Amino acid sequence: MSDILPLIVAKYNFWLYIILMMIGLYAMIAKNNLMKKLVGMNIFQTAIILFYVSIGYKHGATIPIIQGGHGGHSAHDAVIHAADYINPLPHVLMLTAIVVSVATFGVAMALCVRIYQRYQTLEEDELRMRVSERITHE
Amino acid sequence: MKFFGFVIVCLTGGLLLYGTMDLPDWGDPGSPASTHLSDYYIEHIVEETQVPNLVTAVLADYRGYDTMFETAVVFCAGLACFLLLRDFRPKKDRYFRHVPTGVMLHFKNPQTRLIAGNEFEHMDKDWVPSDMIIKTVCRILIPFIQIYALYVVAHGDFSPGGGFQGGVIFGSSLILMAISYNLKTLVKRVTEKFLSVFAALGVLIYVGLGVAAMLMGGHFLDYGMLAPLLPSDPGHIRALGMLGVEIGVGIAVMAVMVIIYINIVSEGRHDEGL
Repeated sequence: MSDILPLIVAKYNFWLYIILMMIGLYAMIAKNNLMKKLVGMNIFQTAIILFYVSIGYKHGATIPIIQGGHGGHSAHDAVIHAADYINPLPHVLMLTAIVVSVATFGVAMALCVRIYQRYQTLEEDELRMRVSERITHE
Repeated sequence: MKFFGFVIVCLTGGLLLYGTMDLPDWGDPGSPASTHLSDYYIEHIVEETQVPNLVTAVLADYRGYDTMFETAVVFCAGLACFLLLRDFRPKKDRYFRHVPTGVMLHFKNPQTRLIAGNEFEHMDKDWVPSDMIIKTVCRILIPFIQIYALYVVAHGDFSPGGGFQGGVIFGSSLILMAISYNLKTLVKRVTEKFLSVFAALGVLIYVGLGVAAMLMGGHFLDYGMLAPLLPSDPGHIRALGMLGVEIGVGIAVMAVMVIIYINIVSEGRHDEGL
């Protein structure tokens, strides 16, 4: 037990994100309501976004905007050290992922609205019942 | 099902937690993610593009082709919401409110037409007057939110910001108007046609800049080739190209956010809703 504690402390960000991710996964598997499943999916996506952003972090570094880079010529004088700025690449990837998650969430909610208009419910078991009723009627 | 799901979640979580043992410590400057590729970008971006915001530079220049399709994905999401939900059928029951007195009229026959001046306005059944405090505060706040959104788009090269963020802020200011007044107020000011045209226009600006670079003899989205078109310092041309692209992204994202919101809250009828 005394060996595992420093391991957790050094990587506590990953532990938190995995717990968050599992909350989302549980909601997606076990919840009956489609909207709750979507909320679970959003939690899952958020956990992955946080995970990526935390990978880019470096101790003692600042945000990836070069200081004094505005003037154009002044930037050439100062040498830029990679250790002074956090890794910008995970941020770029996750900016993309956030936009896609918003777009897919919008489409998913539109689908939910259509399902509700047709079957008057968003509960999964009731939906399954209504769909089978519809098939037997036809 | 709940128990089964719990077991699966515990198993997956346990495996992932076991997997963290091999991951680098938090904030370790020597971690694999921060040693190979990112150093090149951090050290050379300002020299190559004159843009101090590294995230914007990678997003709009080094990965410009990817971001173009990103904008197309957002556009497609707006289109999908429109096609799934938009409902042009007229409603059977219509309600009109006499504005000076507040008397409501209920029309059951869809053929009936009300011939009157501006005294009557088309209403929803469950219309309630908006709260004055909320309306006043939002009316003061919305212009500042929009100015801030424009700042975020325009200053994305030099400070935290960019087209996606600014577009979302601008779209949310319009959504705030729909929430604080009602949906009709928004639809009257920002029509569906306007939004659809702007969503397409944003993607078009992005693609157009890429094609313009091609016509000038460079590669697709090679902003350096646009230098003869703009009377500016040739060193800054990549920053200006990125700014143009960000404006396109901002317009498209703003329009699509509002399209998604309007269609979902009103179930595609654009007359009532939250």
